[in-house]
Amino acid sequence: MTAQHVRLVTGLLVPASLLLGLAGLVLMQLGIVEFRAPARAVTAPATTIVASRPFTYRASGDYLRNGHPEDAPLVEVAAPQPLEIMTFEVGTADYGRCVADGACRPAETRLQDGADLPVTGISFHDANDYAAWLSRATNSTWRLPTIEEWLFAAGSQAVDPALDSPTDAGNPAERWLAQYEKEMVLGDDAFATPEPLGSFGANEFGISDMTGPVWEWTSTCATRTVLDTEGNVLSHIDSCGVRHLEGRHRAAMNFFVRDARGGGCAVGAPPDNIGFRLIREPAWHEALFRSAFGRR
Amino acid sequence: MNDPDNINVSRRALLAGAALAGVVGTVLASAPATAEDAGVVTGPPPDLANLPRRKVTLVDPPFVHEHEQATDRGPEVVEFRLVIEEKEMVIDEYGTTVHAMTFNGTVPGPLMVVHEGDYVELTLVNPDTNLMQHNIDFHASTGALGGGGLTLINPGEQVKLRWKATRPGVYVYHCAPGGPMIPWHVVSGMNGAIMVMPRKGLSDGNGKPLKYDRIYYVGEQDFYIPRDEMGNFKVYESIGDGYDDMLRVMKTLTPTHVVFNGAVGALTGEGAMQAKVGETVLFVHSQANRDTRPHIIGGHGDYVWATGKFHNRPEVDLETWFIPGGAAGAAMYTFLQPGIYAYVNHNLIEAVELGATAHIMVEGEWDDDLMTQVEAPAPIV
Repeated sequence: MTAQHVRLVTGLLVPASLLLGLAGLVLMQLGIVEFRAPARAVTAPATTIVASRPFTYRASGDYLRNGHPEDAPLVEVAAPQPLEIMTFEVGTADYGRCVADGACRPAETRLQDGADLPVTGISFHDANDYAAWLSRATNSTWRLPTIEEWLFAAGSQAVDPALDSPTDAGNPAERWLAQYEKEMVLGDDAFATPEPLGSFGANEFGISDMTGPVWEWTSTCATRTVLDTEGNVLSHIDSCGVRHLEGRHRAAMNFFVRDARGGGCAVGAPPDNIGFRLIREPAWHEALFRSAFGRR
Repeated sequence: MNDPDNINVSRRALLAGAALAGVVGTVLASAPATAEDAGVVTGPPPDLANLPRRKVTLVDPPFVHEHEQATDRGPEVVEFRLVIEEKEMVIDEYGTTVHAMTFNGTVPGPLMVVHEGDYVELTLVNPDTNLMQHNIDFHASTGALGGGGLTLINPGEQVKLRWKATRPGVYVYHCAPGGPMIPWHVVSGMNGAIMVMPRKGLSDGNGKPLKYDRIYYVGEQDFYIPRDEMGNFKVYESIGDGYDDMLRVMKTLTPTHVVFNGAVGALTGEGAMQAKVGETVLFVHSQANRDTRPHIIGGHGDYVWATGKFHNRPEVDLETWFIPGGAAGAAMYTFLQPGIYAYVNHNLIEAVELGATAHIMVEGEWDDDLMTQVEAPAPIV
């Protein structure tokens, strides 16, 4: 075949395949043609849709006013987007399929003999690797929730980290003691061992295990915001090597940590176990549908 | 773990240990000619008829029974009763268990306090609900393997031992029933400490008396829990079943847990120690088996008897103090700032990864002169 022939053939093939591909994509997105991952069939995990509602949550990050730490402000969201989130945390069996496909590192799960346990011993990267793999395998977009999205889905089970302790400029220890006592109360009296998925019940939306001994990664970076006496922002710094975890209490964790053990200089209560759940981004037509009707 | 061979091996090992202990006991009992060498009390018994007697009710660590620091009273016979309890205990937040051997049901056993010149009269009880022979070796006592040679008792027996507290200081006591049983019993929790106070109380060695407002007893314990093929800690049905496996882990000299007061987190959160700014706290710290290095994060040791013996002048202003395995130490500190302090074994891997962390919650006024944040965190200029 000469170079001319090649050019001729590709000249015809490229636009033709583009057209075909586009048609295929439209069909798939409309759900008329079902996409199947070539390697192995992966069923999309069970999800729950949280309908839009006005809600309020405690902002993440550290706040300093006039040089002293204070509780982060409350954020009011009038009309958040509806959210599709995994009903359960990612389980060891689900995660194992990603490992088997060579797309995820094996987790350092503490107990390995129950297939329906939440996967734990997961770093921020591991969670993102899984999200990328699941997105490919199900032809959808899966990602970690932001802290706002997580709290929106947690509803009445969201824990407000505010200390409600007066900022005593003269005695920084007051907030340290208040924080310690708060985490002591929020800390469990049960064992930190992960229990099978669904063991800790569902919240008002039907989402399970948001109060279990597995803390969940969010994509929200640690921040520090410096305010003046009047509350005007003087500076704001993102520190994305540290991401927030949500669970029984809010925590900030280096992205590569898979297991946060207790004690040492960090005198607070560390997360018992680190796992995750994902949200699914709606496709364009789903988004249209959801915003038109509030629910799918 | 239900493998009958394994159980047989365990039983053989248990019997071997008991046999060794038996030999020791026999030597002591059948050697009256050299009794003094062996440390057996000879000669007329002390005239105890005129000495007052006092019965002490022990309390669970980290607390310490009521006691005088300095005393005007003369020597007394101080009566204690320790009941040995073999029981399954949870040693970490994940529910890992050990078939513990304990004095009075706690790891460590309770801290006993007497004064120099007092007689310790201990009734040691081994209820028939236990499976093993036990005894007690007081490092503070003199002779008979610290009393071990005179106290070996079977389940269903009790024994009474009296010894004179001649050396002031904090000292380890532990079970030592012979051979491989010795380390196994000790790393299964069977150890504690006794404090022999100078009759005039503590002093800085230059004539200045030292008093404490609170006392805490921190017993550090190394555990060696076997794992299965998947890396999970194993659970054994009864105390002998895990013996062979545990011995293998013990011989690596690498503990799986290093904890205070018997479990990871036993002295944090709800169990955290408490103090107030201006209060002086005496921390008694024992480790019956392995070296340790206590450190108060954010504080100091004002007066430290690292090797625990009060006739030595205490060291001052220490950051970390070294307590050799098989000893107890004491550190006195007056808290000067409020906040959360971490009391750790400053091998920080042991503190954070293996469990050797306690917390002290201290309330009071902040001292800006000692420390202040001159500029709060802000972007670099």
